[in-house]
Amino acid sequence: MMLFMLLFSRQGKLRLQKWYMAYPDKTKKKITRELVTTILARKPKMCSFLEWKDCKIVYKRYASLYFCCAIEQNDNELLTLEIIHRYVELLDKYFGSVCELDIIFNFEKAYFILDELLIGGEIQETSKKNVLKAIASQDLLQEDETPQSFFDDHGLG
Amino acid sequence: MYPYYEQDWSVLPPENNRRFNPAFNMATIRQAFTEAVERVRMPTPTRLRDLIRQIRAARTAAEERAVVNKECAYIRSTFREEDSVWRCRNIAKLLYIHMLGYPAHFGQLECLKLTASTRFTDKRIGYLGAMLLLDERQDVHLLITNCLKNDLNSSTQFVVGLALCTLGAIASPEMARDLASEVERLMKSPNTYIRKKATLCAFRVIRRILITGVTLITEMCENSADTLLHFKKIVPNLVRILKSLILGGYSPEHDVSGVSDPFLQVKILRLLRILGHNDPDASEAMNDILAQVATNTETSKNVGNTILYETVLSIMDIRSEGGLRVLAVNILGRFLLNSDKNIRYVALNTLLRTVHADTSAVQRHRTTILECLKDPDVSIRRRAMELSFALINAQNIRTMTKELLLFLEKADPEFKAQCSSGMILAAERYSPNSRWHLDTQLSVLIAAGNYVRDDVVSSTIQLVSSSPVPEQTYITNRFWESLQVANHCEDKQPLLQVAVWAIGEYGDLFMYGANEDEFERPTESDLITVYHKFLTSAQVSITSKQYALVSLAKLSTRLQQCVEEIQALITCFGSHLNVDLQQRGVEFTQLFGNYKHLRPPLLEKMPAMQISRISSQNGESGGSFDDNSPDVIENGLEIGGHSLIESNMNTMGDNTNILLDLLGSTDLSTGDLSLATDLSNAVHKKNTRNANNEATTSHSQDLLDLLDLDLSSAPPTMASITDINASAMNIMMGGLDLGGFEAQPTTLVAPPSNGNDLASMLGGLGHVDINSGSLLGELHTTVPAPQLTMAGLGPKLTALDKNGLLVQLEPVKGSDCMRIFMTTTNSSEHTLEQYVLKAAVQKSFKLQMLTPSDSMLPPGGVITQEMQVIATSNAALRMRLRIQYTLDGKQVEEQTEVSGFPEQQPAPSD
Repeated sequence: MMLFMLLFSRQGKLRLQKWYMAYPDKTKKKITRELVTTILARKPKMCSFLEWKDCKIVYKRYASLYFCCAIEQNDNELLTLEIIHRYVELLDKYFGSVCELDIIFNFEKAYFILDELLIGGEIQETSKKNVLKAIASQDLLQEDETPQSFFDDHGLG
Repeated sequence: MYPYYEQDWSVLPPENNRRFNPAFNMATIRQAFTEAVERVRMPTPTRLRDLIRQIRAARTAAEERAVVNKECAYIRSTFREEDSVWRCRNIAKLLYIHMLGYPAHFGQLECLKLTASTRFTDKRIGYLGAMLLLDERQDVHLLITNCLKNDLNSSTQFVVGLALCTLGAIASPEMARDLASEVERLMKSPNTYIRKKATLCAFRVIRRILITGVTLITEMCENSADTLLHFKKIVPNLVRILKSLILGGYSPEHDVSGVSDPFLQVKILRLLRILGHNDPDASEAMNDILAQVATNTETSKNVGNTILYETVLSIMDIRSEGGLRVLAVNILGRFLLNSDKNIRYVALNTLLRTVHADTSAVQRHRTTILECLKDPDVSIRRRAMELSFALINAQNIRTMTKELLLFLEKADPEFKAQCSSGMILAAERYSPNSRWHLDTQLSVLIAAGNYVRDDVVSSTIQLVSSSPVPEQTYITNRFWESLQVANHCEDKQPLLQVAVWAIGEYGDLFMYGANEDEFERPTESDLITVYHKFLTSAQVSITSKQYALVSLAKLSTRLQQCVEEIQALITCFGSHLNVDLQQRGVEFTQLFGNYKHLRPPLLEKMPAMQISRISSQNGESGGSFDDNSPDVIENGLEIGGHSLIESNMNTMGDNTNILLDLLGSTDLSTGDLSLATDLSNAVHKKNTRNANNEATTSHSQDLLDLLDLDLSSAPPTMASITDINASAMNIMMGGLDLGGFEAQPTTLVAPPSNGNDLASMLGGLGHVDINSGSLLGELHTTVPAPQLTMAGLGPKLTALDKNGLLVQLEPVKGSDCMRIFMTTTNSSEHTLEQYVLKAAVQKSFKLQMLTPSDSMLPPGGVITQEMQVIATSNAALRMRLRIQYTLDGKQVEEQTEVSGFPEQQPAPSD
């Protein structure tokens, strides 16, 4: 089971955090700080795995963003890399060649996509198409009740 | 860290990147109008993306804080005003602020309000906020349960989906219990979207509840054995699915670079592993498919390797065929050669897990593993190192050590300590001969420098001291050579310590012994110059200097000419800033002056130390402790009995593993000569429980009590044990009246090598006057108590203060042992008879008790007794005391433990 997932930039700014285990806020911040510094200090040629406390950290860098997951001891590290990759693919499909700014400005969307891919730290849907379909329908539902873009167009938003 | 934003604005801002068209209808237009009216009524809040822009535009951290604080203040005020129109937007902003690390707990309740809203947008952001701001530890979210319950029953699948997702993320035990039935219902839903989410949610619910052991799920738990059985039946099904996955159709949406649904494959493989664990039948059914997966999976991509990795784990965990296991190890071998670091890491990790199950298969990849020691990645090197240690055996120890030494030389500091200790252990276990073993120890000391742990120093010294004489000469010469290399003294202090110890100890062999290996010998003045350099260098640690100083003192009796130089050097230390070195300096100076005649006997060569290795390692559990048996007996018996028994022991030969457990609880009758053959006890022999058996009672029963014997090699030694028993008994009986002791005064005189005057001189000061006066006088040995102000006085320790009985211990540090003077005073109004003090110390100490001044304690009376403790290792001394006396014909027994004795250097270095 995945314990948590963090997205942060090369500058160490947190972009997304998803916790599948309950930690107090203080601990979350401490973990984030520690991991961000450790991972940023690692050289690009090093392997993507890190033994940290009693779990394993799997991370991968995509452009300026680091995707970092904590998994349990007996989980498959290579598969976690695939999950990260799958998530990036989904973001890419959704935003259309995703970049860090997309995730900054639409962080809630990034969360929604993640929630369709993983639940409680386990993979929920392995089909890319199904995930995107679910997100698109929910976006549509949202648009139906609040035509946000209507305000945007008239400078009211 | 500022400015920390990239100036990369090449991507269109999201608002120019419209992806969704609004749906226009009357309802939305009406809503738009009402909201427009709302907006006129109060100022519009900043839009989320404007806030993000503002924050990103901040140049300094302070600027960013100002923006955030202003916005937070605004958001708070809208929350207070119960502004429901913009709540959603404000929460979204708050979530962004939260991600930046600012406090956002005040939004928790607002999130709950949002989730209760009927609008999907509100719900979506509300649940997102709930997942981020709440977790199962917070009380607030008890309120969310009701909301979740409603939404789980919603007709919109996405609302249900949101609720399930939230439940999956933040379910607390209480919440899980309340909503379990809903989730269970949803698991049967015809809608796959909901069913999937519900199933994972149930997984989480079960996890939560199992932890707290709530009754609801106990039902499910009761079923679990059943479930397991049930699942066993689906093994063939799983196998079929897996087969279709690897061979069958191609479904583009699930696949990852040409491998069909790796996520599912991995899950199935893991399930197979759990089902096949310790189940031969199920394993049998899986063998084929696992082999198929192992051979058919494409390995050029990470995905393929992911599946292979999981397959290998499954193969290793189930009861698979030997051939399959070899296949699995070979896959790992291929992984090791992979250019991808991640794969290599995984391979090493898995090999480490399986090495104990199948060493020979892993051995074949030894060279590859050794290659990995040179990998630039720390994680890989660490794994490779651990694996290398696991692979060492008697056959490959030479080559492995060679490689590991190369690694050790170049390794990062963090590896050096672990690696050196590991190598020493391996060498101890598998070394082909003692010359090689010594060479390896030396190489490790050189390669690891200051990172060597203390255990390596002591084990090397032990090894040298128990080696045959030619080897000692040889290694001393090697040590001397290694010291010649410049800067060894500063960054290789452990080497320095071992080297000076050896040179001091075997100085005569080193300088004037047989020179078989034709080493170049230094002149005596060269040697002194080197010592001078060490002792005066600021870079050499105090501990190393202590080694060097003692070594120098020893050399003074081994060398032939340079004694004056040594004396001068040692005298310098009489005013050293470090107290310990100073004390040592003063003490040794005395040995060059008034007590010159004591120097040679005092600085005798140390007896060979016993290597106390963990016996299970070399498989001779009994062998490692037979040499210790004298230690075990020693302290308990009174000195006369002691020496007798010891001599008996010696005649019995080395392999009679006898442990006289003097405080053993088993009562033995004389006829029972099997004598508590408590093997396990003998092997572990944790604490030497020993006592001073003054033979106060004349019952033979008691004596046997005290001589509760443990045998590990029983039959052949029976006779001698009886023998011992008899002689011991004699002594005990004899000991009843003091005359019996007076008959053999020579055995009562204390330390054999140092002579009487030495013992008291180094021990005692004024105390010797009182104690040795009465004590030795009784033994008909007249000892003048010299007035010396050398030895350190320890604090007075109170062992017992009860019912008017005060037992005090006064430790006095001598150079070769610690003397402890026990004083018992009786301030009660009763006379205590048959007063006996028994003492026991840890295994690493030797305790010797001299006769007490009396066994009767009238009111106001005093009994004194002297003990001598010799340390064999660096542990802190603790002493357990048992005090027995008769009060008005009634036996009274007190037990107590004393610690806080002054630290004592172990015998070899002191």
